[in-house]
Amino acid sequence: MIEVKNLTKIYDSKKVLNDISVDIENGEIFTIMGPSGTGKSTFIKSVIRLIEPESGSIIVDGKDILKAKSEFEIQNVRKNFGYLFQEGALFDSLNVWENVTFGLKYLTDIPKEKYIRIAKDKLKLVGLENIEYKKINELSGGMKKRVALARAIAHNPKYILYDEPTTGLDPISSDIIINLIKEMAEKLKITSIVVTHDVKLALTISTRIGMLFNGKFIEVNTPEKIKESSIKEVKDFIETSFIESK
Amino acid sequence: MNPISRLGEISIKIALHLGRTFFMVKNVLFWLFHSKLEKNEIFKQTVRIGVDSLGVTTLTSLFTGMVLALQSGYTSKNLFNEPLYVGTVVGFSLVKELAPVLTAIVVSGRAGSSVTAEIGTMAVTEQIDALYTLGTNPSTYLLIPRYFAFIIALPILTVFANIVGIFGGFLVSSIKLSIPSSVYFDDILQFMEVKNFMHGFIKTFFFAFTIATVSCYKGLYTEGGAEGVGRATTNSVVLSMILILAIDYFVSSFLVLIGIT
Repeated sequence: MIEVKNLTKIYDSKKVLNDISVDIENGEIFTIMGPSGTGKSTFIKSVIRLIEPESGSIIVDGKDILKAKSEFEIQNVRKNFGYLFQEGALFDSLNVWENVTFGLKYLTDIPKEKYIRIAKDKLKLVGLENIEYKKINELSGGMKKRVALARAIAHNPKYILYDEPTTGLDPISSDIIINLIKEMAEKLKITSIVVTHDVKLALTISTRIGMLFNGKFIEVNTPEKIKESSIKEVKDFIETSFIESK
Repeated sequence: MNPISRLGEISIKIALHLGRTFFMVKNVLFWLFHSKLEKNEIFKQTVRIGVDSLGVTTLTSLFTGMVLALQSGYTSKNLFNEPLYVGTVVGFSLVKELAPVLTAIVVSGRAGSSVTAEIGTMAVTEQIDALYTLGTNPSTYLLIPRYFAFIIALPILTVFANIVGIFGGFLVSSIKLSIPSSVYFDDILQFMEVKNFMHGFIKTFFFAFTIATVSCYKGLYTEGGAEGVGRATTNSVVLSMILILAIDYFVSSFLVLIGIT
């Protein structure tokens, strides 16, 4: 379980995250939705300490990760997380299987001989086969995202953080990713935090949605209730998104 | 903006860059002793930096040696009616000064720029953040191997540049100035001591450290997409060149002071 309490992050004297609190239950797909620049990415980057918030606490399985002082302690916290970056952030100098297994050396004690087998298994899980030896620049955008997802789950994390998982993808690739997020949560029992401005994605996959607006959660609810929300900003955001997609 | 505000802004920027550089080097030193060395990466980077710079280093030192022989030969011919001490001039100039400095400048332009571009691209595409999420950090995986690579490759390239430069001088001496090979090499060996060689060789380590620091720092703090990568790369080369020339003076002065002349 992840408990976020009174989290505040300030950039250039602007409060990007303004004293926000939320609890994310185990096994849940919690989606943070909202327009660009409202602090969505800042939120998940804070959860894994890629960004240092000014104040608040982030309690993961009973431990406040913002209290971790040394780099070793922070690395220990990160072992529990997988992270899917917006553009994949795959390493161009490595091939597919080297990318997928990159973290195993640092996050696990698994012997190197097993890496290729693990890479094949994880790639199969995201619907990719026989691409282990391909270079990253030989892959399409959708394939890159799936390889990045395979890399994020390679060390069997308890939590996955998805940063705009469908951005820049065509509708077919986008649907594949949406299904994969659901599958990961169901098959692997992984708790997921998804950050997106894609309303369709949020309404399809989430167990709960947190609507972030100007650094604050203005509503946290189930997709069904979010659809019928009476809060003006939430209604406007959903309606505008549907008009744009038509 | 008034001049005082401008001055204040520049001072803050300089302090910020110096502070970040200090912390980057501190992290490199910390992880050097607290993480396993990425031996494959060190080997890969050393070969890459060495091979990348070998061709340009060869041409630069060859022509430098040739032009040194030509100039010193004809100058002494005009003054004393015969080309005197050509080997000595070529040897000392190359070994103590020109080979280390020119090789460092060539390496900063060829390999330093490519290191900045590579790390800069990684920074703007979140690959640096990805390193953290995968249990490592840029110091261990990117910076330490590149520091090692520059510190290993640059001295080797400089020794190579010494040899090629002296050979270039020999070609001009024998073909254009008709100096016998024995005279040319005697001129070098008669006066050259180990400390003269060491004077140039020691400086290469300072240059290597400077190129590694500048190129890694500029890459790591790249912002602004593809345009930012281009800007960081140019800045990295220009700053490295200026620092190499400045450090050359101060390290040379220090070496002279302690008797390594």
